[in-house]
Amino acid sequence: MNKYIKESIFRVLMIISVFIVVAFLVIIIGVNIVKGGIVLINEPAVIFTAPGPKYLLGGEGGILHAILGSILMVIPSTCIACAASYLIALFLQVDYIKNRFSNKLRVVFDVLWGIPSIIYGIFILNILIAANKRGSLGAGIITLALLQMPVIVRYMDEALNSVPDGIRESAYSLGATRLETAFTTAKYALPGIIAGVLIGMGRAMGDAASVIFTSGAGNSMPKGLSKSVSSLPVLIFQQANSYYPSVREHAFAASFVLIIIIIALNAISRICSKHFQKYTAGSDR
Amino acid sequence: MPKKEIEIRIRNLNIYSINKKQKHSHILKDINLDIPKNRLTSIIGPSGCGKTTLLKSINRLYDIQENIKVEGHIFIGDEDIYNPRRQVNELRKKVGLIAQRPYPLPANIYDNVAFGPRLHGRRKKSELDDIVESCLKRTYLWEEVKDRLKEPAVALSIGQQQRLCIARALAVEPEVILCDEITSALDPISSEKIESLLLALRQDYTIVLVSHVLRQARRLSDHVVFLYFGEVVETGNAKEFFEFPRDQRTKNYISGIMPGL
Repeated sequence: MNKYIKESIFRVLMIISVFIVVAFLVIIIGVNIVKGGIVLINEPAVIFTAPGPKYLLGGEGGILHAILGSILMVIPSTCIACAASYLIALFLQVDYIKNRFSNKLRVVFDVLWGIPSIIYGIFILNILIAANKRGSLGAGIITLALLQMPVIVRYMDEALNSVPDGIRESAYSLGATRLETAFTTAKYALPGIIAGVLIGMGRAMGDAASVIFTSGAGNSMPKGLSKSVSSLPVLIFQQANSYYPSVREHAFAASFVLIIIIIALNAISRICSKHFQKYTAGSDR
Repeated sequence: MPKKEIEIRIRNLNIYSINKKQKHSHILKDINLDIPKNRLTSIIGPSGCGKTTLLKSINRLYDIQENIKVEGHIFIGDEDIYNPRRQVNELRKKVGLIAQRPYPLPANIYDNVAFGPRLHGRRKKSELDDIVESCLKRTYLWEEVKDRLKEPAVALSIGQQQRLCIARALAVEPEVILCDEITSALDPISSEKIESLLLALRQDYTIVLVSHVLRQARRLSDHVVFLYFGEVVETGNAKEFFEFPRDQRTKNYISGIMPGL
């Protein structure tokens, strides 16, 4: 076959693949936004009202409990995961431990990343059973922190690794200690670090399997660390399974809210990266 | 000419690099060197002969690299810098290193210069302002950047960035400045500015310059060290070195007939 024909065939194949994937994404997001949007336009109160006792059985109420539950679980868990991941990612750099150990640790985090979220859920559930406790907001926070930590660690690690050695050496040669140098390189890597944090946050926000056992799936508003809370993905699962059409409609409203939150997270990540890139752009890596 | 004071004494320095199979390769072989105080000393030699390695070992930068092993002694003043009880960052404060390419820290111009003094405990705004201004003036950068000190340092041209890096190194008040081919990434005009800057600085600092541009070494240095495959072949006063080289290898290198290069 002529190499120019090959070239055009591959070009067409590439365009088709991109088109298929983008089309699916647009359809998924579009359907949810349109259908959810219609529900929300008709009854905007859904977002602001707490569910009644028989909400899932077609009763009165809204999805406020799940929105609040998701936010209350995801933000603290992301903070915990960030703090831990930051320390781990700094530790993985050459300055602290030997390369062959850090490479082994990286494999561990890659494996952790690949573990399905339900396994994290079951793990925490077992601990809860052993401790004779019920699913709660606190347990959900811990589960989600564990779930997003490997993602954030690996993203931060990659970002820190892409910092040119020259930056590190400059800081050292000015007399900085390891920690001060690590902070400097972290500042250079900030765009990547932020991206990692928000991707981890997105993973936690969208995950149902890990919290379904650990934080519960009740209809009540969040009341405290030791009380059960619902979350958006779990609620969507319950609503979509419902016998009542009106409840199934509300699933679209919940998806709408979830999608908007995820898109907002992505937008924030872009804006932050852009903002901090001004200190690194132009210097070649 | 007054009697030269010796700032850096290198005694029996051996540096090995260790690769994955634990094989040692000998990068620097039994180096003995005296580097005079407040003079500009050039280290010249073909690529890969260990110039940069020698330079970085004076700053103990290989502490962070696990595959480099350093043996021997380097004295700055009377102090052995490889003394394990010595705090390495105190040493690095005394010995500034300027890299081949400028690496501005991820901050604005002001903070780049103020980074070092802040590390060493100077936090007063007025004091920092003075340091930044005087260091930028010494590197002839003040006039060019005084109105945009709060802009990211990467917005400067590469020649300005290199002068900023020198200013940053000066801000911690070092005694020795190590320069690793600092003009090789720059255009001729920026190089010239840096060269005149080095000439002005050698009054007050001991400068060690690694260069693979012979003409540059000739223009700038007071003292020359010729390094060839990890060995010191010849050292001496710059004028004598270039006009009456003693060793055959030096003669060949200076006249550009180095076999196998």
